[in-house]
Amino acid sequence: MMGLLLGGLYAVIGLGLSLVFGVMKLVNLAHGDLAVFSSYFAYVAMSSLGIDPVASLVLGIPILFAIGFAIQGLLMNRVFRLGMEPPLLIAFGISIILQNIYLALWTPLSRGLTTGYALESYRIGEFYIPLVYLLDFVAALLVMLFLREFLRKTYLGRAIRAASQDWRAAQLMGINTNRIYALTFGISMMFAAIAGVFVGLTFPFTPSSGSAYLIIAFGVVIIGGLGSILGTFIGGVVLGVAQILSGAYFGAGWQLFLGYVIILAILTARPQGIFGRR
Amino acid sequence: MSEEWTLNVDHIDVYYGAFHALWDLSLEVRKGEIVSLIGANGSGKTTALNTIMGLVHPTKGSIEFSGKRIDGLATYDIVTLGISQVPEGRRIFPDLTVLENLIIGSYTGRARVSKDQMLKRVYSLFPVLEERENQLGGTLSGGEQQMLAIGRALMSNPELILFDEISLGLAPIIVDRLYRTVEQINSEGVTVLFVEQNVRRSLKQAKRAYILKAGRVVLGGNAEDLREEEEVKKAYFGV
Repeated sequence: MMGLLLGGLYAVIGLGLSLVFGVMKLVNLAHGDLAVFSSYFAYVAMSSLGIDPVASLVLGIPILFAIGFAIQGLLMNRVFRLGMEPPLLIAFGISIILQNIYLALWTPLSRGLTTGYALESYRIGEFYIPLVYLLDFVAALLVMLFLREFLRKTYLGRAIRAASQDWRAAQLMGINTNRIYALTFGISMMFAAIAGVFVGLTFPFTPSSGSAYLIIAFGVVIIGGLGSILGTFIGGVVLGVAQILSGAYFGAGWQLFLGYVIILAILTARPQGIFGRR
Repeated sequence: MSEEWTLNVDHIDVYYGAFHALWDLSLEVRKGEIVSLIGANGSGKTTALNTIMGLVHPTKGSIEFSGKRIDGLATYDIVTLGISQVPEGRRIFPDLTVLENLIIGSYTGRARVSKDQMLKRVYSLFPVLEERENQLGGTLSGGEQQMLAIGRALMSNPELILFDEISLGLAPIIVDRLYRTVEQINSEGVTVLFVEQNVRRSLKQAKRAYILKAGRVVLGGNAEDLREEEEVKKAYFGV
């Protein structure tokens, strides 16, 4: 049960990564660190201004969107058609820069978004469910629903899908593909912002947490497959459940073990993921 | 845009890297015409269309559409001005449904307002597309995909459509039907510039034509006059 809820959170972490890779074939190694940006942003909002982390998203989302738009628009758009390596290097560079900025500003001490409700639990039958897990799950569902409707029903959403299938033909439709790609990256960052806040509410974070979340994002995408929102959700749930079970059976230090085993299994047996397309 | 306009390609040179693809090429298309580009494989027909469309840029010369320079513009801006292309190989979006493929054709501002109207028009020209509305583009047959590509180009409500080799890989009877539809589209006010491998069909469907050879225009004129020309007779035999 907890695994299911946790899975929702993991799905959101993976969603942004999946979107960028699905549309631009670009692996955003800085995804986790950009999500942590949102965690720190909320932390500052909370500790100096007393603003609730979820409320801080009102500013956090647009800021991260702008950052994402700029990264794709100014940096990635110039190089991402040259192959996989240049964008990888750029993303890696961004990741290192961010981690060091966090280190400089906030020290290696772990922080948490400890609001009042972050510590509450509900009792359902035999289980104690932390309230944040429920919030995480609801947020995840809303985010995924939003993305699905956006991609299906709006011109921009369809333009993104078209540009990911054939960018030349998309241009023939009058679509400014470079701008669409920048928009996609921006949207991916919006999801990272949301993930960052909810992760910060659920777990403590440090400047290097970005790497851990990047790995989770990868796991989610590998298991669930690319190009499918449902797949990302399932991937998140599988990983979430695996983590809880692993911790329960093997001990707290082994939490991630089962998850990694599953990832390896999927890579061997069905590399495109459960719901993967290409 | 219901006044007269011309598409003026003026002495352009086009290179693909080091390869000199088009040499001092000029051609003209007037509103309402059906014009074709004829030539063997590699003669530069597709390059000419792609240059008009902004997919490649000329290093010399200019292209004007209705008095406005378009040769430096990006493809998506050229589409907004009213020129649309049915590309070689169709290039429909395989993971979008037929309906979604058509709708994305009306992405530009000028087209969105008339989307429903355009859709009705496309469906009346190609009823099979309406039948297969919710099927993924990639599951259609070759002929149906070609219809979808043409329909999609129509959705942007263009003044001029560039057709690039629509007969490729299709049975003659289907090609006949397609060209009849092209004629109908033209009679409804859309100007047509097309590239076609089959010389006979080219001269049958076009009012005027240009003959290309190794990236240059060697002859241009009315289709009926051209039928008698030596160059054209050579082209019949692929010489």
